[in-house]
Amino acid sequence: MDFADEAPKLLMLLYGLIAFAVVVGGLLVLLDVVPNWFARRREAALVAAAPVDAPAAAGPRPRRRSVANRPEGALALFFLLPTLLLLAIGLVVPAVRTTVLSFMDGNSDNWVGLANYRWMFAQDEILGILTNTLIWVVLVPLVATAIGLVYAVLVDRARFEAVAKALIFMPMAISFVGASIIWKFVYAYRSGEYDQIGLLNQVWVMVGGEPQQWLNNAPLNTLLLIVIMIWIQAGFAMVVLSAAIKAIPGDVVEAARLDGVNPWQMFWQITMPSIRPALIVVVVTVSIATLKVFDIVRTTTNGNFDTGVIANEMYNQAFRFGQTGQGSALAVFLFVLVIPIVIYQVRNLRKQREV
Amino acid sequence: MTTTTPPALTGTQDVATPVTRAARVRRRLNNPFATGASILIAVLWTIPTFGLFVSSFRPEDEIKTTGWWTAFSSPQFTLDNYQEVLFGRSASSGQLAGYFINSLVITIPSVLFPLAFAALAAYALAWINFKGRDWIYIAVFALQIVPLQMALVPLLSFFSEGVSLGGIELMPAWNLDDQEKFVQVWFAHTCFALPVAVFLLHNFISQLPKDLMEAARVDGATHPKIFRSIVLPLIVPALAAFGIFQFLWVWNDLLVALIFAGGSSEVAPLTVRLAELAGTRANEWQRLTSGAFISIVVPLIVFLSLQRFFVRGLLAGGVKG
Repeated sequence: MDFADEAPKLLMLLYGLIAFAVVVGGLLVLLDVVPNWFARRREAALVAAAPVDAPAAAGPRPRRRSVANRPEGALALFFLLPTLLLLAIGLVVPAVRTTVLSFMDGNSDNWVGLANYRWMFAQDEILGILTNTLIWVVLVPLVATAIGLVYAVLVDRARFEAVAKALIFMPMAISFVGASIIWKFVYAYRSGEYDQIGLLNQVWVMVGGEPQQWLNNAPLNTLLLIVIMIWIQAGFAMVVLSAAIKAIPGDVVEAARLDGVNPWQMFWQITMPSIRPALIVVVVTVSIATLKVFDIVRTTTNGNFDTGVIANEMYNQAFRFGQTGQGSALAVFLFVLVIPIVIYQVRNLRKQREV
Repeated sequence: MTTTTPPALTGTQDVATPVTRAARVRRRLNNPFATGASILIAVLWTIPTFGLFVSSFRPEDEIKTTGWWTAFSSPQFTLDNYQEVLFGRSASSGQLAGYFINSLVITIPSVLFPLAFAALAAYALAWINFKGRDWIYIAVFALQIVPLQMALVPLLSFFSEGVSLGGIELMPAWNLDDQEKFVQVWFAHTCFALPVAVFLLHNFISQLPKDLMEAARVDGATHPKIFRSIVLPLIVPALAAFGIFQFLWVWNDLLVALIFAGGSSEVAPLTVRLAELAGTRANEWQRLTSGAFISIVVPLIVFLSLQRFFVRGLLAGGVKG
């Protein structure tokens, strides 16, 4: 490593930190100054309006009241300003623009109407990609949640619970790229006359099969990529569900036990209904993450051998093939798929806030 | 599902001596099927990572010719792979040390900025009364779920071409070169992190005791003062939870980095470089294994040492995308 190459980067980091200090510090100072300024102006107005012989000691009292009653909109705006500005520039306006671009051609010069959407549903290749995405979104939440739930129940109150949970949860800390490399190594292939270096082929050979190029054979390869996502997400499901299981009141469990229910009934009639909200959260969260899966496909097969998914194809169209219109149409389609989840979540939120 | 707790004991004896924790644990351990199943899952989940870890210390020709499980019968371990992949001079070797620094430079500001902005916004949404507060909160909440893909193309063109509306230039092009591109990566990560950050912190801040806030108001404290001297110290656990969440997200991200940093060695983070190596040098396992492990080790340390906070953050419910 050449330190001379690294110095400019560290300098950038320093600039970044200084910018952070200046922006946030400045904001806090500004927030301090602005209300004081308002207060002083109000005080001045009060003083001007008050009888001249009013004792000075009476000063603080009206001011105090005014602090409590002052309309606070202007102040709130200052608190919210950076967030709202960044959300507008970084998410809202771009999302609207993407929608507009999806009705234009590859260079965003001409309007093409719905051509990009027709292209999406006419091409066999893209239809295959949509099918793959569907398989992902059905399988990953289902299997990851099931495994997470079974494991959470199994290790609940076991002796090495903390360690056992950390082992399953660990993949959450690993990047999708890292996870893809880990699993690519498991799926590694060498032809039959050599020793295998991939675990899967080794096991396969041991049970009497011919070594396979697992990642090249559709449709199995999509399932093998799905395994990677399940491997990552099961830990998330396990942690959330385990917390929900622990939150079931002890006397409910005790009462059921006194009634003589067997473990199977206990699971379906006590545990499952109690953790229903947590189950929904897990399934929704994992589904959204799965819909947008990109890294795994890109790192393992780059969408070749019929493994493409929407997010991956969107990247390829927009950033590799320069087909901005088609890429945008795919992004919009992805957005349309999550709209029901958005509506459902917002309704839930409003219900919660009314209580 | 397979909990075979013996049928509850009948009669008063059970009521008199409620089942203690220890008794439950014993019962659980008495069930070989449950124990076996959980061990099986744990092993299945750990083995792939373990194989990668072992392989990364094996000499190149060993990795390429024999399975890592044979390493224990004829142990041969070396640190050469790490030396090569981190500091090797040749273009094919990885040169990951530089990318490692890029990852750090990208991650630190990308955690700090959203943390500060979101804390301010969450406070305003929770404790300042103003018109339209609920609507803003719901909008921010809904933005969590909007796929990043919706923003990528236009945001990139904002940076490269600026913004103009009807011929009037609202923002000039940034025209960033080399290391300056870090700025646009920070910017993108900050924007994309804000909805989930505001949501998580709002969950926490809105649960602070109302009496505390009102007492402070009656004493004449202004909102900025309350925020700084009362709220900030109280929400440190929430800040830590989101900080870890965002750290892992940014460190592990590939998509945002690919688009806003590109592949150049001046800005691209570890993930981008690794994905590239996995694509172009798919059979150089000595580099891929050690490289992957280098990218994993930092989040793993952060995660293992601060797991408590991270789990709390997850449980508060983030649905980032």
